[in-house]
Amino acid sequence: MDIATEAKPDTIELKGRKVVAGRAEGEALVTTETISGWGGINERTGTVIERRHEMRGVSFAGKILVFPGAKGSSGWSAYFHMTRLNGVQPAAMIFTRMTTKIALGAVVTRVPAITELDQDPLDVIETGDWVVVDADAGTVTVTKKKPA
Amino acid sequence: MNLTDHEKAMYEGEHGRAKARAMDLLVRYGEALGAERLVETNNVAGAFNASTPSVQAIAEKGMEHVYSELNLDSDEVVEVPHMVAHTCQLITGIDNDNWELQGVDKALVDMQRANEKYLGRRGVNMFATCTPYQVGNVPVKGEHCAWMESSAVIYCNSVLGARTNVEGKESTGAAALTGRIPYWGFHITENRRGTHLVELDIEVDDMMDWGLLGYYIGEVIGEEIPVLKGAGRQPDLIKLKHFGAAAASSGGVEMYHIPGITPEADSIEEAFGGRKMKATFRYGAKERRETYEKLQSSTEKKVDFIMLGCPHNSIDQMALIAHMLENRKIHSNVQLWVHTPRAIKQVAERNGYIDVIREAGGVVMSDTCPAISRRLPAGTKVIATDSAKQAHYLPAITGVQGWFGSVSDCVDAALTGQWNGRA
Repeated sequence: MDIATEAKPDTIELKGRKVVAGRAEGEALVTTETISGWGGINERTGTVIERRHEMRGVSFAGKILVFPGAKGSSGWSAYFHMTRLNGVQPAAMIFTRMTTKIALGAVVTRVPAITELDQDPLDVIETGDWVVVDADAGTVTVTKKKPA
Repeated sequence: MNLTDHEKAMYEGEHGRAKARAMDLLVRYGEALGAERLVETNNVAGAFNASTPSVQAIAEKGMEHVYSELNLDSDEVVEVPHMVAHTCQLITGIDNDNWELQGVDKALVDMQRANEKYLGRRGVNMFATCTPYQVGNVPVKGEHCAWMESSAVIYCNSVLGARTNVEGKESTGAAALTGRIPYWGFHITENRRGTHLVELDIEVDDMMDWGLLGYYIGEVIGEEIPVLKGAGRQPDLIKLKHFGAAAASSGGVEMYHIPGITPEADSIEEAFGGRKMKATFRYGAKERRETYEKLQSSTEKKVDFIMLGCPHNSIDQMALIAHMLENRKIHSNVQLWVHTPRAIKQVAERNGYIDVIREAGGVVMSDTCPAISRRLPAGTKVIATDSAKQAHYLPAITGVQGWFGSVSDCVDAALTGQWNGRA
């Protein structure tokens, strides 16, 4: 077996379905709340701006964004599209609820994306964990962060 | 995905590069969804216009760059042929007449006008409103559409019984050129049935009531399909327009049933169509009051700006506002903008409503709204609006404080400069 893909004892592997091809790794940013695109994020900074959102003021730029999915305006894809043009897109998307907004948004953001995982990623993954998304293989590998 | 021979031919470039790039996007999008095929559509409502500063750098290279990058997600710049589907432009960022009041640069106005010429010749009809169903695009029951604008989508599915998902800028761009959209979600009959029952314990009557109910339902139901029980009085276009816009803002509701009123269900049973009911919610005085409080983001009673007309006003709403402002003047510290589609503005002009609103000190805006344009009168700190959707989005987008209330509360605030609204 390829050493690079062998699950190490301190990691958790989830299996799911590819939404957008590719492989990316990075620090997880997890929210249990859906995100609005238009009116919910600042596309120049990659920051959540929704008034009562638990992630208000937090940027997802370069993070593995773990969230239930999209909500709100149909400008979702256009705003995430612009985060890519502005270089502040997430590194990958892991989500639980398929909608046209999130599907099109992930496609035009052109980052690896995965859904339909065999465990709930919102339970398994915490903000700060190191996550490898291999959408082609349909795997998410989670290395838990060290307790503080 | 399974493609027909014609779709394969488009995908392989036999009908030109633009259609090939459009098909590439539709296939990537369809596979992301898990759709098995595409469906034909001849009704597209999208966002094609170039009216924001972020588009300017792309537009300077040529309008084909804008369409290629932003409407097709294509790195290859393609010549854009005539649209094959009936296609209209939704709301834009600039009022072509009142752009100076909005504080828009002349260069952006010129860009939007040049872009409109480019798109107009290619068959994108310039409705320039979030409510195409008010100005001539009224799809029939069962018609497959590819619409953007969450408040229009929920109206299209629920009130008209036509079929659309919430599409985006790129998928509508591709659909307009190919006449295709993924066959998924609300295009499929089984997916249109109810999931949750909402029992109304109080009467839901005026536009504000319907806005509050919609905002509540979006919060508790998210993206599911509510079935309303106990909606006593017959709602009209204005009320359902507000209800849907609110439910699509606080949540992601794209379809609902009001048995006996909306076209796909005469009874609660038919609305669920054998689907298992996931949960029941009760909406009473307590839920209404809590929702009202959630929509208020201001502590300052002195208001600077009143925003009416989201979604864009009907002619009857324009008549009502004109009636309320007849022979009166708005407060000198307040600006009042009233938004309606350009086609309705022409009727309102002819009726004299525009003159009444202007003489009172208000401005009638078309083509845009403050949330889309992100433009408010200079120095605005506190707004009041009759729209749950604007009360939801404007404070987040522009940092202002917001009051939400009835149209008469908002007109009163315009006249006095003070917020005296009540739940």
